[in-house]
Amino acid sequence: METQVGESQVSQASDAQNQSARTERPFREVESVVIRFCGDSGDGMQLTGTEFTRATALAGNDLSTMPDFPAEIRAPAGTPAGVSGYQLQFSSREIGTPGDQPDVLVAMNPAALKANLADLLAGGSLIVNTGAFTKPNLTKAGYDANPLEDDTVAAYKVYKIDITRLTKLALASSGLDNKTADRCKNFFALGLAFWMFERPVESELDAIRAKFGKKPILAEANITVFKAGYHYGETAEVFAETGSVRVRKAPLPTGRYRNIMGNAATALGLVTAARLAKLDLVYAGYPITPASSILHELAGLRAHGVTTFQAEDEIAAACAAVGASFGGALGVTGSSGPGIALKGETIGLAVSLELPLVIVNVQRGGPSTGLPTKTEQADLMQALYGRNGECPVPVIAACTPADCFYAAIEAARVAIKYMTPVMLLTDGYLANGSEPWQLPRPGEIAPFPAVFRDDPEDYKVYRRDETTLARAWVRPGTPGLAHRIGGIEKDALTGNVSYDPDNHDWMCRIRAAKVERVQNEVPALKVNGPDEGELLLVGWGSTYGAINAAVAQARAEGRRVSSVHLRWLNPLDGKLGELMRRFTRVLVPEMNLGQLVQILRARFLVDAEPLTKVMGQPFKIAELCRAIEKRTTVRN
Amino acid sequence: MNSRISGQDGRLPVLTKKDYQSDEDVRWCPGCGDYAILAQVQKVFAELQLDPDKTVFVSGIGCSSRFPYYMNTYGLHGIHGRAPAIATGLKIARPDLDVWMVTGDGDGLSIGGNHFIHLLRRNVGLKVLLFNNRIYGLTKGQYSPTSEVGKKSPSTPFGSPDEPFNPLAVAIGAGASFVARTVDTDVGHLQGVLKRAAAHQGTALVEILQNCNVFNDLTFEAITGREHRADRQLLLEPGQPLVFGKNRDRGIRFRNDGAPEIVKIGDGADEVPLSALPVHDEADAAARHAFTMAQFDYPELPVAMGVLRAVERPVFETVLRAQEVTARKGAPKPNGDGQRDLEALWNQGDVWDAD
Ligand code: SF4
Repeated sequence: METQVGESQVSQASDAQNQSARTERPFREVESVVIRFCGDSGDGMQLTGTEFTRATALAGNDLSTMPDFPAEIRAPAGTPAGVSGYQLQFSSREIGTPGDQPDVLVAMNPAALKANLADLLAGGSLIVNTGAFTKPNLTKAGYDANPLEDDTVAAYKVYKIDITRLTKLALASSGLDNKTADRCKNFFALGLAFWMFERPVESELDAIRAKFGKKPILAEANITVFKAGYHYGETAEVFAETGSVRVRKAPLPTGRYRNIMGNAATALGLVTAARLAKLDLVYAGYPITPASSILHELAGLRAHGVTTFQAEDEIAAACAAVGASFGGALGVTGSSGPGIALKGETIGLAVSLELPLVIVNVQRGGPSTGLPTKTEQADLMQALYGRNGECPVPVIAACTPADCFYAAIEAARVAIKYMTPVMLLTDGYLANGSEPWQLPRPGEIAPFPAVFRDDPEDYKVYRRDETTLARAWVRPGTPGLAHRIGGIEKDALTGNVSYDPDNHDWMCRIRAAKVERVQNEVPALKVNGPDEGELLLVGWGSTYGAINAAVAQARAEGRRVSSVHLRWLNPLDGKLGELMRRFTRVLVPEMNLGQLVQILRARFLVDAEPLTKVMGQPFKIAELCRAIEKRTTVRN
Repeated sequence: MNSRISGQDGRLPVLTKKDYQSDEDVRWCPGCGDYAILAQVQKVFAELQLDPDKTVFVSGIGCSSRFPYYMNTYGLHGIHGRAPAIATGLKIARPDLDVWMVTGDGDGLSIGGNHFIHLLRRNVGLKVLLFNNRIYGLTKGQYSPTSEVGKKSPSTPFGSPDEPFNPLAVAIGAGASFVARTVDTDVGHLQGVLKRAAAHQGTALVEILQNCNVFNDLTFEAITGREHRADRQLLLEPGQPLVFGKNRDRGIRFRNDGAPEIVKIGDGADEVPLSALPVHDEADAAARHAFTMAQFDYPELPVAMGVLRAVERPVFETVLRAQEVTARKGAPKPNGDGQRDLEALWNQGDVWDAD
């Protein structure tokens, strides 16, 4: 609870809006909380985290989440490699990141403690399941002695609770076998967290019943344990003195909200885009982490004009999307870096055919298989250049989980308008992270109905629109417009095969010029802060929240720092060079070894400096603040 | 109903072979078997009066894959090996279109082998013309997955070390619902098989033995040569006994262990009466004989020609559409501006209002 505001022990809360039952109890009020649940991959920490998030969203806090789990479904139990975590920041003000450091850590076993303790804020709260601190578990975690009994945890407020035993006791009369009963212990932790942060119990009971609807015995067991955890908070002496923690509603703009993960937002954005374009959506994918959930989300939306196709491989998925677009649907394919590599040739085909296509790349750690469940931004060069030949493609990047919705719509809109493949970059952090999303009001997003040519008079396959340089889209089946297109170079007008040198030169240049015209769709650069000063941070993608927070902090300290966040990576806004020159220094934070920075230097001849990180983890605000401090002075 | 030149006077227009020819210059080598196939396809299209505006030819890369450019229909010349995937996506989006795919032994069976088997497994509603010339033509003569062991080529100067596979056996193994074989030079047979394929629901695979006169001339001559083909081909007819030979005096039967043998037809000793020969059953669910017959090879056995297998089974895009119809029942309907069901989608899950 790093930024505590008016922390106070209040025994008789005067705030009448709070539930009357609570008014008798002590609580303290804070602005923000960062909590991390961690345990074995099999301990159900992701479920605990998402359930707590759901209740937190309904409570009206702003929030941001970051699940962190191993690539293996059941990694070696009890070892630090098998630890799964879920971090969440919630706040009464607007926030943009899941928080640098947890101030509450819930550790379900020694391995989870080992892997996460270093992140806990000094003085923070540590809730541990002592029941898991057995000799074998300690050994598996790599502890020689029980860390709860020496000074390993001395710097923290420690709550030692034998969750394992309390869970077993709660279920003593349930008739469940020991193993099944033990699996319920994550709901004890959830119940305790509900008490600690004053979440309403009732809605969670319904949620558990819905979740375990097919297994009522399990549902009831989880409810029993959940309540036991909640009541433990209420009655246990350790908590009686500190009381619960209260975070007020955030002043979010008026409207209807829903908590949404990035991949779900991408999926909804694609469906919405297809509808706004009056097209059917065909999404073709192949299972890959962390992109698969886009396919899952869309697979259930058959009633909304969506057809999904799980292809035999990544190449087939991309090709099927091209085939669908040729047929007059909105063809979309999605994957992560390794799959995008395989799709490269097909993307080139779509560039040559000049058909709309959206390619979603949910970036993960690379190279090769790399870090499947971790985040990275190292596919930027791949997106821009990873194909044979002169093969320009517009590239757009989403910057928050909810923004994936709008970025997907924008990608589709440009793909259709300019008859081109568009690459949409998100990443593992956005894909699995979540935040409150303000639902669009009906009619808020302007429709962009696709136009198909049906006039056979003087039809030339590659004749272009003067403004967009796009050729006309013709649905097969349209009388009198039968034509052939392909990946061989084509005559600039008729589309017939042409090996003519001048024609090829012209076609390469016109395809590039067409992508440059997408600049007309790029909104004016929005500078966060004054448009001149000592330091400009140039970011893209998921670093948005951290950069904004760091810049705000630095400005509050009197540093002349601003930031600008790029939505389109291709084409780049031509005015960016001018903007960068108005600052003494330019710093480019990226979760790669410096890719955008190279492009900015080459394109604008500015001495932009990289700030890089490839740890599979997003930037912390503090890391960015340190980088800003090093490069700026404080003015009073 | 043909839409291209619908007569003003209300009479049905008649399309001729010429109406299916595009304005592109045909660029195959003179003498290539592809010319004959193109001509027969155009002829069959005219005969069936297929609507060029509702037809799409999709191909990959290779000599055969230039085919779409020469048909005056919609066409997409794709990338190497991927035509099945492109065509599948097209059929998913547009089940109403008549989609034909053209591929070769390199394109379809080597680089595109994976897509080939999955296309057949799914039974997508496509016609697939597989031009088998047992060589890579466009890249100048390397051996292919159907080249015989020991084939000398620029990439195998000591002879190819690997076993070829049989496209139709692979197809039957992958669950193909329609499998046929014909030859570029046998006009009547080619036309007959094309018409059967055109009528099939699901994936119709037609292997066309095709002569590449530049890099693999006469590769099928021993089987297809006019003077001896009757003795070396088993012309399959549905419901007819397995008889072959110029004098139609030899037959095929299967021993108890499933192995085929050639028998003399007749009533004498060491002869088998016609009535005792197995009859060709295209629809045999187990496809046992079809799988064995697909692999008949000269000189041991006559090469099976015609439709080896034709069964009805669910067609991929039809199943998809049926799922959609079911899903739409009871779902909110899009309203005038087409967004009402979207709003329902956006509002799914736990929503709350901030004020
Ligand atoms: S190389 Fe062979 S297959 Fe290709 S066009 Fe020439 S003759 Fe035909």
